[in-house]
Amino acid sequence: MSAGNINLKLKIWRQSGMRAVGAFADYQISVSPDSSILEMLDDLNNDLEKQGKDPVVFESDCREGICGTCGLVINGHPHGPKPKIATCQLHMRHFNEGDTVWIEPFRAKAFPVIKDLMVDREGFDKIMHAGGYVSINTGGVPDANEIPIPKDVASTAMDAAECIGCGACVAACKNASAMLFVSAKVSQYSVLPQGQPEKYERVQKMVKVMDELGFGSCTNTYACEAECPKGISVKNIARLNRDFIMSKIKSNTTEIEV
Amino acid sequence: MGWLAESLNSSIGKKFIMAVTGLSLISFLLIHLIGNFTLYGGPEAFNGYVETLEIVKPVIRVIELVLALIFILHIFNGIKLWYENKKARPDTYAVDSKKENTTFSSRTMIISGSIVFIFLVLHLATFWVAFNFSGDTHEKAMVYYSVVLEWFQEGWYAGFYVIAVLLLGFHLNHGFQSAFQTFGWNHKKYFPFIKKLGTIYAILMAVGFASIPIYFFINGGN
Repeated sequence: MSAGNINLKLKIWRQSGMRAVGAFADYQISVSPDSSILEMLDDLNNDLEKQGKDPVVFESDCREGICGTCGLVINGHPHGPKPKIATCQLHMRHFNEGDTVWIEPFRAKAFPVIKDLMVDREGFDKIMHAGGYVSINTGGVPDANEIPIPKDVASTAMDAAECIGCGACVAACKNASAMLFVSAKVSQYSVLPQGQPEKYERVQKMVKVMDELGFGSCTNTYACEAECPKGISVKNIARLNRDFIMSKIKSNTTEIEV
Repeated sequence: MGWLAESLNSSIGKKFIMAVTGLSLISFLLIHLIGNFTLYGGPEAFNGYVETLEIVKPVIRVIELVLALIFILHIFNGIKLWYENKKARPDTYAVDSKKENTTFSSRTMIISGSIVFIFLVLHLATFWVAFNFSGDTHEKAMVYYSVVLEWFQEGWYAGFYVIAVLLLGFHLNHGFQSAFQTFGWNHKKYFPFIKKLGTIYAILMAVGFASIPIYFFINGGN
């Protein structure tokens, strides 16, 4: 136990498998305020392994807030109570001596728990496969600024493209709706000239798969925007709604095949 | 399924139905409230207003039919969405931050809506039935005002009326801006105005409708 450490009480969701019934387990830990919450879980797992116990399963990759792999619900907030950061960027200095920290997995029917804090987010991949791309045959490198794009349009697309697909929007939504994610992925193409040829086809396909996967529908509570680690705006959801409605009215497609 | 049915059955399609029907009902409320304000003018003003509506009864019947259809679509779709959304999120969090990241109005749409629906049934059973199906036109002439007066003297009825319209206010506060978001009209310049307008409209409706039973309960029509 080194100087300056803080003592925390952890309540962590433990679930042995997809069909198992989970429950919260209590742990006591002394942790450096400089460590991130994932480093704290690493410490905890080292201790658990030394004791021959099953370590807590959680996901992480880049640990610098850009890959979207880590995702825990900490004290009721996806990615913790601090705004606009991913779980890996949450440091223990934001907690006080003796605090209780509740750590839960993302909860949604479309995101089943695999084990402990790890959930299956394959649904997002399936939505991307359905239409989250532009079909442009690769050839020579195109000239820069060959297609003029106004700065504000480029910025809108880049702001939408900031989405790291972590699933916090689904976790935060009382309906487990994936609308913020889908809207960001639709918007990053639909505002740019390169995204126009497939604009209507894309939105119809992605929404269809989203619905089939059992994500809820948007009731405009805007919890997603409040919890998004990248601050993706719900204006994207408005754009998705608009594109979807217009696609249904204007496009020639009557059957959507994904 | 045809393309139209499929479109309206999608998650966004169902939201679109909620928005269109919701905005229609919002407009209807304004007309209803303006009509109700004739109660403040005394028996002659109110009875005169209802008599005027009696003259154009066939038109009123058509409007009533359309309104009923809109109500049914709004209620049926709302319950369906609520049920589907419950299924999409079967497990709850041990610690929930919903109070920090959502508004009270937005979280309680199903509750406020359900109570307003119960009120609507009672409202139709008391006023609408009494105005339309009690005796022939000559007998019931000029008694509309006294029917209203009688009901608003009942403490429980006036109380429930006030509670229902206050909840309606919360329902409108979320619903108004939500409809515009669903249509895709969320613009940096106009949306903050729409949000404020929705809140003001909700307050005006709640206060406007609630003032009438309160006035009659306290004043007893004198």
